[in-house]
Amino acid sequence: MVEHPLPGTEAAREWLATMLLIRRFEERAGEQYARAKIGGFLHLAIGEEATIVGAVRALRDTDHLIGTYRTHGHALARGSDPGAVMAELFGREDGLCRGRGGSMHMFDAERRFHGGYGIVGGNLPIAAGMALASDYRGDGDVTLCQFGDGATNQGTFGETMNLAALWHLPIVFMVTNNRFGMGTSLERHSAVTDLQKKGEGFGVPGMECDGMDVLDTFHVTSQALRIAREERRPILVEALTYRFRGHSAADPEEYRTREEVAEWRERDPIATFGARLEAEGVVSAQERADLDAAAVARVEEAIAFADASPAPDPASLYDDVYVLGGELRGWYSVDERGAGVRRGEEIA
Amino acid sequence: MATMRYREALNQALREELARDERVFLMGEDIGVFQGAYKVTAGLLDEFGERRVRDTPISENTIVGMGVGAAMLGLRPVVELMTINFSLLAFDQIVNHAAHIHYMFGGQARVPLVVRMPQGAGHQLGPTHSHSWEALYLHVPGLLVAVPSTPADAKGLLKAAIRDENPVIFIEHEYLYGQRGEVPDDEDHVTPFGQAAIRREGADVTIVGISRMAVTAQHAAEQLADHHDVDAEVIDPRTLRPLDLDTILESVRKTSRCVIVEEGWPHGGVGANLAALIQEQAFDFLDAPITRVTGADVPMPYARNLEQIAFPHEPQVVEAALATLRHL
Repeated sequence: MVEHPLPGTEAAREWLATMLLIRRFEERAGEQYARAKIGGFLHLAIGEEATIVGAVRALRDTDHLIGTYRTHGHALARGSDPGAVMAELFGREDGLCRGRGGSMHMFDAERRFHGGYGIVGGNLPIAAGMALASDYRGDGDVTLCQFGDGATNQGTFGETMNLAALWHLPIVFMVTNNRFGMGTSLERHSAVTDLQKKGEGFGVPGMECDGMDVLDTFHVTSQALRIAREERRPILVEALTYRFRGHSAADPEEYRTREEVAEWRERDPIATFGARLEAEGVVSAQERADLDAAAVARVEEAIAFADASPAPDPASLYDDVYVLGGELRGWYSVDERGAGVRRGEEIA
Repeated sequence: MATMRYREALNQALREELARDERVFLMGEDIGVFQGAYKVTAGLLDEFGERRVRDTPISENTIVGMGVGAAMLGLRPVVELMTINFSLLAFDQIVNHAAHIHYMFGGQARVPLVVRMPQGAGHQLGPTHSHSWEALYLHVPGLLVAVPSTPADAKGLLKAAIRDENPVIFIEHEYLYGQRGEVPDDEDHVTPFGQAAIRREGADVTIVGISRMAVTAQHAAEQLADHHDVDAEVIDPRTLRPLDLDTILESVRKTSRCVIVEEGWPHGGVGANLAALIQEQAFDFLDAPITRVTGADVPMPYARNLEQIAFPHEPQVVEAALATLRHL
């Protein structure tokens, strides 16, 4: 495997800090879920931090990022406020999406992080549409579309690859191959397990990166983004990674062995990157510990912020079902809570 | 005013909006070189080029999804699905994505997308090519649903749909494409959503017709006047979300009787929904049960005689209206 040179000191420390933030955030979110502070499903990305940070740091600020139902880390890496992400998990008014989306539907328009989608494969066509918008305007932005290995079996995968290649769209597809589509292993769900090859028949060549290595993920994603931006050839990047926790917080993990999990934990992306930074004198042992303590404290603040945020006002139930403006007529919604109705003028 | 066919009115709306707003572009199967399965997009590729008028592969879910993504970044995509039957392949993108994105992301994103498609029976196309599904889309909060029945509304509502900030399901009708009518010349002729049209004023019974059935209802009303001395009021809601229930209620309060005509299936249909709303809001004014005339509760058969009895025609509407008048 290629050993890439480190980025500058500041960048290297920031990458480590961001991976630590994601790790500590996810760990604490898991605890909050166990305490029923968080409802629904909770999909944690512990183990996948290098894939997230390496890919997101390869983007320009103006590029577009879109993911799946496992994207707390993507929001954090893109710069979303951890308090707002946690408040979204808590279903509070100050959440990223005002408590309307929850864990699976994060979104931060300001940072061009366009979600957060709960339907496997549902984000691929949307990503291609964003790339089409960039192409249409000629703005030079690229869309990075992240999804899991399970999504490569959806119809939208083939359809979107074909259209992206056919129309020369500025898009990079990143399959986060954590080796399981929920509880079904890669070998049991995909006839072709070398996922980077699954786009070739549609005209989208593949590249592979070590998703446990933030540097390799950064370099390969950067290369793919350059090709998409400058040569207008979409690329499928396969990041080989592993989630240390179950599919969701409610997963007994009967489909894999403890030994397998332990083997992958040996390659913990944060521990290995931290050790390398320390070995090369970029950070001292004390600084490593300090970065971790700062991440823990930041997540603590996030929990306090989420706890203090109010639940959404019941009167806001119908907010943002429609964009209302101009001359409003007619009944947009029927309010089941009473005899009342939701006329346009009443919900404006 | 100019007289033109429904398809020409749609074509004119698309042409005017493409010319008016650089953000507007068209995507769909065979809409460019082939000029559209029903020729609605005839001439537009030549006039606006491949960037604005895009032929797509047969990938309904993905072309609608691309419309969603492009709309989220501020463009105004108009996606044509060849028929409403194929929209089921795009149902995930329409419902889980187009309809929900504004809400589930707390208002941060908008999806100003139009999905155009024709529906309807009568061409012996059998079960998979003859659906009428306005009820399916009416069901979904977050969508706007238009069902134009005249050339003027086809043009005016399509222009309104393209200019709207919400995802619009724009349901045309295969039978109506060849029908002629007067259309205003004004390039800013826009028919606002949520405003029903009273096609015929009357005092005895209210007939609400959806999509093509608005035309059937008018013919039935003429027969009622000519042969039965019944003065029917005919209402075409034009859009189902938002719904101009107030105009319908006002009419029902006047006539005390209501017949709802639709081509789709009866269970969970537009009429079922409308009947519930009317009885909730105007129960005391009703002198007879609200009656529905709907498509038969069967997959659409191919054989001509069976198909013809599987969707409503004027005699059934006349009979339903007369039945409401037998209640005193």
